[in-house]
Amino acid sequence: MAETILSNAPMPETELPPEPVRKGFWSRLGRIFLRQREASILVVAIVLVIYFQLSSSNFLTQFNILTLFEFISATAIIAAGEVMLLICGEIDISVGQVFALAPFIMYLVNQAGFSLWVGIVAALLVSSVVGLLNGIVTVWFKIPSLITTLGTQFLLNGITLTISMGEPVLTPSEGQINQIMGVNPYSEIVWAIAVMLVVQVILSFTRWGKHTVATGGNQLGASEAGVNINRVKMGNFMLTSVLAGLAGILEAFRITSISPLAGGTTIMFAAVAGAVIGGTALSGGIGTVVGAFLGVLALSILNDGFTLLGVSAYTYDIILGAAILIAMILNVRLRIWREAGRQ
Amino acid sequence: MTEATLPIAIPDVIRTEHLVKRFGAVTALRDVSMHLVKGEVLGLVGDNGAGKSTLIKILTGFMQPGGGEISVNGEEVKLRSVSYARSLGIETVYQDLALVNELSVYHNVFLNRELRYSPLPFLNNRKMREQARDHLMKMGVNIPSVDLEVAKLSGGQRQSIAIARAVYTDAKILLLDEPLAAMGAKEATLILELIHNLKAMGEVSIIMIAHNYAQVLEICDRVNLLQHGTITFDKPVAETSLDELNELVMREYRVGTTKTSMKS
Repeated sequence: MAETILSNAPMPETELPPEPVRKGFWSRLGRIFLRQREASILVVAIVLVIYFQLSSSNFLTQFNILTLFEFISATAIIAAGEVMLLICGEIDISVGQVFALAPFIMYLVNQAGFSLWVGIVAALLVSSVVGLLNGIVTVWFKIPSLITTLGTQFLLNGITLTISMGEPVLTPSEGQINQIMGVNPYSEIVWAIAVMLVVQVILSFTRWGKHTVATGGNQLGASEAGVNINRVKMGNFMLTSVLAGLAGILEAFRITSISPLAGGTTIMFAAVAGAVIGGTALSGGIGTVVGAFLGVLALSILNDGFTLLGVSAYTYDIILGAAILIAMILNVRLRIWREAGRQ
Repeated sequence: MTEATLPIAIPDVIRTEHLVKRFGAVTALRDVSMHLVKGEVLGLVGDNGAGKSTLIKILTGFMQPGGGEISVNGEEVKLRSVSYARSLGIETVYQDLALVNELSVYHNVFLNRELRYSPLPFLNNRKMREQARDHLMKMGVNIPSVDLEVAKLSGGQRQSIAIARAVYTDAKILLLDEPLAAMGAKEATLILELIHNLKAMGEVSIIMIAHNYAQVLEICDRVNLLQHGTITFDKPVAETSLDELNELVMREYRVGTTKTSMKS
């Protein structure tokens, strides 16, 4: 008995939970798509592209694709961090304000006579400190991260308005840096894809990623196994903030001006919505960075397509709201089915 | 059988002397002196509120006793924290608490001791998969594949994996808090078989809290009955029976009811 071969062996009778006999084609297809949320959201994106291309031949033009990239990039970068936080069971709603603050830090450091590179590094450092603050307040004082980051979002907004005196400024220029950081029309999407790949690799192929899943999936069990869940959470808060700061800097270079009113809750909600539509569970433990990227992609296609067709922005919001609700219902059902599959 | 005839040769891995634990006015442990012999499976039975969980929490380092001594492997120790108790090889396996449902079986087995392609930070999934499979096979834990997410496994399979993981992480003394609770007959068989295998290997010693006396008699070497914070009964299973255990508990119950009825 002890020597039974583990895999590919006929299961002894005591093992196998009775498998429901033969599922229908559609239910099986449905299951595949529920398991592989990335696949289903990609299909949605492709269907949307076909639809918009048929309705308006302008959709797949180079000009519009570049516009689409603009829609996607910054949000996707923020979503990549947000996914990690959501997987470990937390959320950061202050990202939109880090997005606005970071380019001002860069600007001020540059104004003080340092190179733009130093400015960028300083801005990212400040962003990481914001993340650390979010993490410390959440973890040490046991405050729900929604509330913590609600506080820091106002705090940061106030700081940004104060140091900018409420006025937009021009993004400094230093040759090659501007090209790399967003002036080149393809640079931002390359950044977004690179960030997605790196963070997905961290999630799938490193200890940090597994500990992030473990922290969100079973906090007590993970800490029982010796995982330092506080460190995991703080680290992911920092990662999320740094990525939000990076997104803000890239946008500042692309737009060539820095506005204290940039970002805010709009970009934060777009990132969280993209993550959720891409299959991330707000309850933690489940989600992928690629899924979040595709979620942001689908939302951006929708947004851009509607603009092209002249559909009202109000309609877009109706559809976005409905899409989030459907995605959340699917997430919950998915969890229930998985748990039912256990018995 | 030879164990019983050699009085000194088999050392105690755990020995407690006169353990006391009070919570305000409530006395959870009045005077607990018990011992666990290397390689044996000790069944700890008793009514709800008798102090079983308190005793386990003390042995696992989660709670400090108010008085009394604890020796591990013959040396007197203060089990001041869970991690210290763990460093002495004492590990508690809680049902359903131990594993992360969203991770695969082998990632669970290697949770927080993942193997990497050092110096690179990347996980060596192949090696972890192989080692987890070998280890589970050696222990007789039967699951379809170590790649499965734990969420897809049954309660018994998950419990087996949790126990197997504890052993894999060099636990020498396992404390199992009702490993058979809320499990069907087939599931319970899985766990009993695993405990049986562990016993055959002789590396670990086990204290098992249980409610089902038939299962205790089936798998344990010795039974301790905890009543009102003290051990009132300590016999090898070979020298007791289901009837005797039932009778002891019924007697307690009868005494308890007459007491309360007299009060009212």
